[in-house]
Amino acid sequence: MVDIPESLLRRSAEAKAKALGVPVEQVLAEMKGEGPAVEVPQAEIVEEAPFPDEQSRSEPPAEQVDDPVEEAPPSTEEVVEEVVAASPSSDDEAFPSAAAEVEERGPVAVEDKPEDSPTAEDHGTDNAKVAGLVSPRPSVPPTGLPDGVRTQRLLTVVKARAIQDVKPEPQDKVNTWPHLMLVEFGALLAITALLVIMAVVIHSPLLDPANFNATPNPSKAPWYFLGLQELLSYFDPQIAGVTVPTIVGIIGFMMVPFVDRNPSTRPSDRKFAILLYSIFISGAATLTILGVLFRGRGFNFSYPWKDGIFFDDLKDWVDFE
Amino acid sequence: MANRNGKTGLRDRIKETNDKLWSSQVVGAILRPGSPFKQGYSDSPRNRSYVVMNNVLYHLHPVKVKRHAVKLSYTLCLGGLSFFLFIHLTITGIFLMFYYTPTAELAYVNIQELSTDIAFGSLVRNMHRWGAHLMVLSVFLHMSRVFYHGAYKPPREFNWVIGVVLLFLTLLLSFSGYLLPWDQLALWAVTVGTNMAGFVPVVGDQVKFVLLADVEVSAAGLLRFYVLHVLFFPFIIVIFMSIHFWRVRKDGGISGPL
Ligand code: HEM
Repeated sequence: MVDIPESLLRRSAEAKAKALGVPVEQVLAEMKGEGPAVEVPQAEIVEEAPFPDEQSRSEPPAEQVDDPVEEAPPSTEEVVEEVVAASPSSDDEAFPSAAAEVEERGPVAVEDKPEDSPTAEDHGTDNAKVAGLVSPRPSVPPTGLPDGVRTQRLLTVVKARAIQDVKPEPQDKVNTWPHLMLVEFGALLAITALLVIMAVVIHSPLLDPANFNATPNPSKAPWYFLGLQELLSYFDPQIAGVTVPTIVGIIGFMMVPFVDRNPSTRPSDRKFAILLYSIFISGAATLTILGVLFRGRGFNFSYPWKDGIFFDDLKDWVDFE
Repeated sequence: MANRNGKTGLRDRIKETNDKLWSSQVVGAILRPGSPFKQGYSDSPRNRSYVVMNNVLYHLHPVKVKRHAVKLSYTLCLGGLSFFLFIHLTITGIFLMFYYTPTAELAYVNIQELSTDIAFGSLVRNMHRWGAHLMVLSVFLHMSRVFYHGAYKPPREFNWVIGVVLLFLTLLLSFSGYLLPWDQLALWAVTVGTNMAGFVPVVGDQVKFVLLADVEVSAAGLLRFYVLHVLFFPFIIVIFMSIHFWRVRKDGGISGPL
């Protein structure tokens, strides 16, 4: 038997003991496999057998498992056992957001939780599983129990449509821990190292104190606005300062998903979109580089190798003059 | 347990205390049932799930993700890096706040002190500054990667819109911080930048006035930029980031392989 957390086991044992009218210790011992089986008038704690289709779903087909470290996801038996262990009291103890999920999706599997499957395709499968999970339970209520004690609960109501939607589509998934989190941790370390090295090597600029009476020549915006400033030097400010950044920049970008109605994500199907975006990037990069390197006194065109670079952000690092 | 002198050895006592601590009610209340911190971690599929499930991490990550989603070559981790940089900037920014006064008299002097007198001041200031530039870059690259993958297509349209807001907020955060050293670079770069805002038709002058608390950059503008920079924009961006991350998950994890 898998190691069920002590507290869950205990709660489960208490509920069972209450239902059967026997001491808790006896049930607990039996659950841990240490004591004799409890005499039960009618067996209603059901050890579920895994269902064939779940088996195939939770274990990816052999050829997809190319990572030797990878193990099969928690097997269905484990999951079902956990449901059984937890069900007499409260499910959301064992599955923190099972209850929330139920609210959101309507009829939903208690069982689906450990896999956390937010995609629409999964719902059908989950519901089907619940249908399987609920039905083998005894339909006749056990007799001879104290009043008010129920040994079964309605897990969910499965709508007919949901069952018909079944799409047992195996998803090739891996555990977040360790597969994703180790990558993230590596990225965190790398970016921290990069920052520290940059901070040691490149000093931040600090020029003379602010002076309203001494306009530096040239005056440049921060680099991410230099492309705009560059545009401003070609066009009327009404166009460069307003139309371009607000309309194109903000509104235009927000509208991208609603303008590009092509459903495909294959690069070969989206040549035009890719072309447009690439033009945008190269344009922005060109303007920014022009603004950073090729603008000198009076924001006039200048050659960095002849006239020097006018970019004070890096002033304390490289001596351009 | 007693050692051969009949006394309880130090190691045993530590072990005993340790066991007592981990089975105490306080620890039991802090850690969720089944937390690997509580029952020890041995590598098993169940424990791998528990690491995420019994942890606040569950707010950020599902227990399982698509296999291709963990390949570095798909996201290049750019969204994650933007987020890490934001965390870095928050931490280094708090350090800087201890030494910085947003007044025309003191701002410049404080930055000078940070660069020369204060232990690690120069390092932290540099990290904050280059981190900010890197964040603008990484957010922009993240947007480009999302575009090239077509990852803004249904059902992810809304998250793209949220993303554009995030890009805009990132620029505003960086720009509002630019004024704070109160040197010639800061003053005139922000003058050029806010002049551009002034070109907005109809409301341009009003926008500029709201940003600067004046018609030109001034001491009042310095205070305004400071509050926007350390409080207002971070507050707003955290809200939008939360929505962004939540939607990444609700839209079915990151987009499929191409
Ligand atoms: C502060 C800025 C931002 C942060 C911290 C951030 C963070 C993230 C993270 C962590 C992801 C998960 C996948 C990945 O790492 O690529 C993601 C996905 C996504 N982001 Fe961002 N993002 C930011 C800005 C943006 C911007 C500017 C856009 C677009 C305009 C955007 C659009 C998207 C979309 C559409 C997804 C889903 C991608 C997919 O499913 O493959 N985000 N973001």
